[in-house]
Amino acid sequence: MGFQPVKFYQTGTFTVGNRLLAPMDRSVQAGQTRSNSINSGHRACQGCGEALGARYAIDAAMAESNNQLIAVNATGCLEVFSTPYPESSWQVPWIHSLFGNAPAVATGVAAAMKVKGKTDVRVVAQGGDGSTTDIGFGCLSGMFERNDDVLYICYDNEAYMNTGVQRSSATPPAARTATTMPVGPEPGNVFGQGKNLPEIAMAHGIPYVATATVADLRDLEYKVRKAMKMHGARYIHLFVPCPLGWGTASSDTILMARLAKESGMFPVFEAEHGEVTGVLKIRRQVPVEEYMKPQKRFAHLFGTHARPDMVARIQAIADRNIRKYGLLEDEGN
Amino acid sequence: MLKQTEGSKAVAEAISLCRPEVICAYPISPQTHIVEALGEMVKAGRLTPCEFINVESEFAAMSVAIGASAAGARAYTATASQGLLFMAEAVYNASGLGLPIVMTVANRAIGAPINIWNDHSDSLSQRDSGWMQLFAETNQEAVDLHIQAFRLAEELSMPIMVCMDGFILTHAFERVDIPSQQQVDAYLPPFEPRQVLDPAEPVSIGAMVGPEAFMEVRYLAHAKQMQAIERIPQLAAEFKQAFGRDSGGLIRTYCTEDAETIIIAMGSVLGTIKDTVDEMRLEGHKIGVLGIISYRPFPLAQVRAALINSKRFLVLEKSLAVGMGGIVATDVRMAVTGTGLKGFTAIAGLGGRPITKASLHKLFREAEGEALPPVTFLDLDWEAVNKQLERERQTRRSGPVAENILHDKGIVSAKFG
Amino acid sequence: MFQIRVHGRGGQGVVTAAEMLSVASFEEGRHAQAFPSFGSERTGAPVVAFCRISDKEIRLREPIMEPDAIIIQDPTLLHQIDVFAGLKLDGYVLLNSRHSIEELGLGELVKGRQAERFCTLPATELGLKHVGRPIPNVPLLAGFAALSGIIRLESVIKAINEKFSGKVAAGNVAAATEAYNLVKEMMTGGAHA
Repeated sequence: MGFQPVKFYQTGTFTVGNRLLAPMDRSVQAGQTRSNSINSGHRACQGCGEALGARYAIDAAMAESNNQLIAVNATGCLEVFSTPYPESSWQVPWIHSLFGNAPAVATGVAAAMKVKGKTDVRVVAQGGDGSTTDIGFGCLSGMFERNDDVLYICYDNEAYMNTGVQRSSATPPAARTATTMPVGPEPGNVFGQGKNLPEIAMAHGIPYVATATVADLRDLEYKVRKAMKMHGARYIHLFVPCPLGWGTASSDTILMARLAKESGMFPVFEAEHGEVTGVLKIRRQVPVEEYMKPQKRFAHLFGTHARPDMVARIQAIADRNIRKYGLLEDEGN
Repeated sequence: MLKQTEGSKAVAEAISLCRPEVICAYPISPQTHIVEALGEMVKAGRLTPCEFINVESEFAAMSVAIGASAAGARAYTATASQGLLFMAEAVYNASGLGLPIVMTVANRAIGAPINIWNDHSDSLSQRDSGWMQLFAETNQEAVDLHIQAFRLAEELSMPIMVCMDGFILTHAFERVDIPSQQQVDAYLPPFEPRQVLDPAEPVSIGAMVGPEAFMEVRYLAHAKQMQAIERIPQLAAEFKQAFGRDSGGLIRTYCTEDAETIIIAMGSVLGTIKDTVDEMRLEGHKIGVLGIISYRPFPLAQVRAALINSKRFLVLEKSLAVGMGGIVATDVRMAVTGTGLKGFTAIAGLGGRPITKASLHKLFREAEGEALPPVTFLDLDWEAVNKQLERERQTRRSGPVAENILHDKGIVSAKFG
Repeated sequence: MFQIRVHGRGGQGVVTAAEMLSVASFEEGRHAQAFPSFGSERTGAPVVAFCRISDKEIRLREPIMEPDAIIIQDPTLLHQIDVFAGLKLDGYVLLNSRHSIEELGLGELVKGRQAERFCTLPATELGLKHVGRPIPNVPLLAGFAALSGIIRLESVIKAINEKFSGKVAAGNVAAATEAYNLVKEMMTGGAHA
């Protein structure tokens, strides 16, 4: 990793440490010159992972681009909570067009910058998991394939939260959503084969793909800054818990993100030109139960009508991730 | 310079003269030759600076154009038929955001049944999208309308479709006068956006608007098109001064001064209609033609004025409002409200059905005699239609309609139309 | 107005033939309109293209149903579709074949018409000989110029040079010239090959 690892951390959180670092090693967010790209006063829910993630990501991109940034936004929570006219939290030039076309709009912006010779102006596109993995998937793949000079950030909260928590192709198996109710013999979302968008992005051979969570914001900043140093299509898949949609305490957003990573449910890695170049190892492995239990969307798997069989299947998914990405520290390390 | 060239190639040259900065291309017949020619010009360095982007769908084509236009670039794309429907959401978005994109629509029918031939169903389906729609009668006019369209679109900050009949115009080789770069530069100033994504002056474009302001925003889109009603004739007049040609404008009349019967149409079929009317005039028929160039905005007052001294009109249109009748005819009837003029509608040429002088002669005479039903389907094969209706009465599982009709009609490839 | 219909198969340059005919007419200062039969036919399928030539602007957009001339690029079409449909009584027919009109069993068609306006030309062979490809369209255009006198050989050559360049253009010009002379010879000789 290209940033100074935080040597001290308070129990239960990985998010602090700036005070103990030299000023040049401190995070963008800790700096006095941070751009506050998404200013305060927006209407995100308490504990919104997406608002936090977007703030860190866009500020990091601003820092790296010398504040020469244009942001494109898909329809979704981030768009709605940040900009009911005439109010706008955005301190960067920002455009929202449609639910399914943010990558293509970003391509257009990047093309305009290129044709006008404004090579210093960089473009970020962003959307939730619905727009990224479902409705905007075609446009995203097209943008990757053309290797357009766009950083696309997916804020993954695993369902369509803006419309009232419906299933997306990023919704995990067994999870309750408004369209995958916990009823019948197989309650909650189906156990499908999944749609691993970071891997699909990697399959396009694009310069940079990374995953991150809001539990490790310095890692996120590092990855955004690294992505912004590159040109061509880049993809960051950011895991952002949603207290409303998941039925978790708004104070537990960071905890949930961390447990997703520590259980192996959400592997954190980065890849260049289709090859994995680094993973964030699990520090303290936890069973998926520990991640799932605080979430009301999984409540039907526990308690009186507990479904240990389904929990076991989810554990198997986490175990597969751990094996596949080598998420555990090697013996003897 | 006078050239004998394909309509698509002529339009591509006109687009190139307009110095587009971003062109998005996705193949769909019959517009492909236009973007192919533009792609070659960009690749060869003859059209520069320009980004030519091969996108993965029409939805992306319009979306890329939206991004480019919002970032201050002159953006162009072309489509037809299913492609226009596939991009429909972005079509509305472009006009809603007030982005002056120019798009060629090589008019083509919409399936099912899939059909690549010409009619006006595609662009007319986007009637209320907020885009202006200008219809070309000839390839010369298609060339000229594109040049005028960029000027008008950017003045008003609203997008325009230039509609030209697929195959009939796009694939026709005919004489076209291609203007010089100097002429076009003098007519079309560089794009000065009203709104632009610029890090030096950040704005938010496309945020949510609630009930408190949505009506006003929509009304302003309407107001822009009302302004266009004023500007279109002025721009056509300026165009004539600069290029020496009558092209564009809201409407075009032909032999209407003393006409008792006026035939109204859009696009290339006007040529065949004029030839027919010339022949009828020689026989003493008091008949004239009203061509509608600007379908949106629809020139209600001008259409009314053109018809007011006649006795009756016939709208011949290559489109069908299923369950109702004519689409253009509805607008024309609106224009003549209260005049007592007798109006007829003829649906013709759907899916490329040839519109022949022979059929028009018969139709126009029937219109003169007011011997037409309110809606006529020109050259409809009633035998085939009735046979299918009977089949459906007889059998529940009557099968796919299109296949049945083609079975009844025999082998199509043996026919030349 | 003079109206020509070109029949052939996908891949034989039928549409190009009509287009080049219109370019040749344009070179002579006339108005011309060429257009294909608007199909999505693949290689080998029957294809039709049209060309109108006139001294004034052409506004008519209907397909050509009563042609003044018909050029048939592939004689196998004779058994498949009614290529002669609507041919005017004083019309011209130029057919790509090594056989004569009579040998092709078209004697009936010529009856009551001007026999000297019917002609065959081994256009595929000419294409192979001069261009190395069995594309009959250019020789047929030149043959049509000779047969009808509607356009001049020089105009066909101009159209060739506008469409092609280098060796291909030179080969096509040679093919056109030989085709033109062949048809002229047949006409003066009175015998149709």
